Amino acid sequence: MYDVIIIGAGPAGLTAAIYLGRAGKKVLILEKNVYGGQIVNSKEVENYPAISKISGFEFSNNLYNQAKNFGAELKYETVVNLTKDKEVTTNRGKYQAKSIIIATGLSNRTLEIDGVDSFIGRGISYCATCDGNFFKDKVVAVVGGGNTALEDAIFLSNICKKVYIIHRRTAFRGEKILQDILNKKENVEFILNSNVVKINGNELLESIIINTNNEEKELQIDGLFLAIGQIPNNSYIDIIDLDEKGYAIANEDCKTNIDGIYVAGDFRTKKVRQLVTAASDGATAAINAIEYIERSDKK
Amino acid sequence: MIVINNNFKEEVLDYKGTVLVDFYADWCGPCKMLSPVLEEISNETDIKICKVNVDENQALAIEYKVMSIPTLIVFKEGKKELVSVGLKSKEEILEMIK
Repeated sequence: MYDVIIIGAGPAGLTAAIYLGRAGKKVLILEKNVYGGQIVNSKEVENYPAISKISGFEFSNNLYNQAKNFGAELKYETVVNLTKDKEVTTNRGKYQAKSIIIATGLSNRTLEIDGVDSFIGRGISYCATCDGNFFKDKVVAVVGGGNTALEDAIFLSNICKKVYIIHRRTAFRGEKILQDILNKKENVEFILNSNVVKINGNELLESIIINTNNEEKELQIDGLFLAIGQIPNNSYIDIIDLDEKGYAIANEDCKTNIDGIYVAGDFRTKKVRQLVTAASDGATAAINAIEYIERSDKK
Repeated sequence: MIVINNNFKEEVLDYKGTVLVDFYADWCGPCKMLSPVLEEISNETDIKICKVNVDENQALAIEYKVMSIPTLIVFKEGKKELVSVGLKSKEEILEMIK
């Protein structure tokens, strides 16, 4: 029996583990992939208070070691079910806790057309900073209209021969300063009001078909970078109230509709999803979980 | 674990058995996260694991069409059997080399 099971070893989950460990609670963290969460993909973090610059990798390692030193146990298992009685079923076994903190974060949104998955790593990528160098002097396209898409396009424009930015609307959501940089780039071309409708290629990606105002056109490209946002990881949960977009409904107190089950980090309904707000949620959820356990133990 | 540097043929292609090859780069965060996982697998199993730095071995990266890192490729008797792109858990990797 654990005091608290934390699902997800990203910044929110690991911060919760630090607070719980310091309070002497017995903690199990379940992680389906590798600890660190999305921040692992960030080359540099410059907006975390008191740390002027750190790589996402180093940040994750520090955070994990800190949680581990306070006694948290980490198992690499995938959660398949969670009950109101705080029993967690994974692909390997069943675990019981007094309280649960859900911190499973978000995954990259994919294009809803055939063949995307089979071209991941063969021309399609979600990470321009990771994979951009493989497309040196080649032709690539970025799909999306937010800051990530614009930042990816800027990064790629310094490496690739040509960068298309494909966006389904007429205007970008991303910051104007980024758009201004891109406007000045000679090798960047905007394709607005457009959707990618088909992906072509054999072993590697060769071209895409884009639809602009109901007219289809083929675009020869070597690389396609997807920056079309993220979706919550909620497939294993059926007892928690979710909003229409699939996020777990909770206020700043991180309390879900079930007593003793908390949600922390990007998976919670909130406006600002940042490293520092994820950590903040981790602390709040942990402190509320401690109070809940102490209340229940007295009964 | 064996670092590949002009010895890909001897260590991977000519090897009688299964080799797990990790294509990585020093600047890639997810690759660094994968590294200790591979270290564990290397210590706990007798699977041969080789590491290819894509910056120093561009020809190999091109030959094996590596366009995203980390990429793991399983070779059996010198033949490419399975390709996996992105960060994978220990369990998923063990499944690949079964």
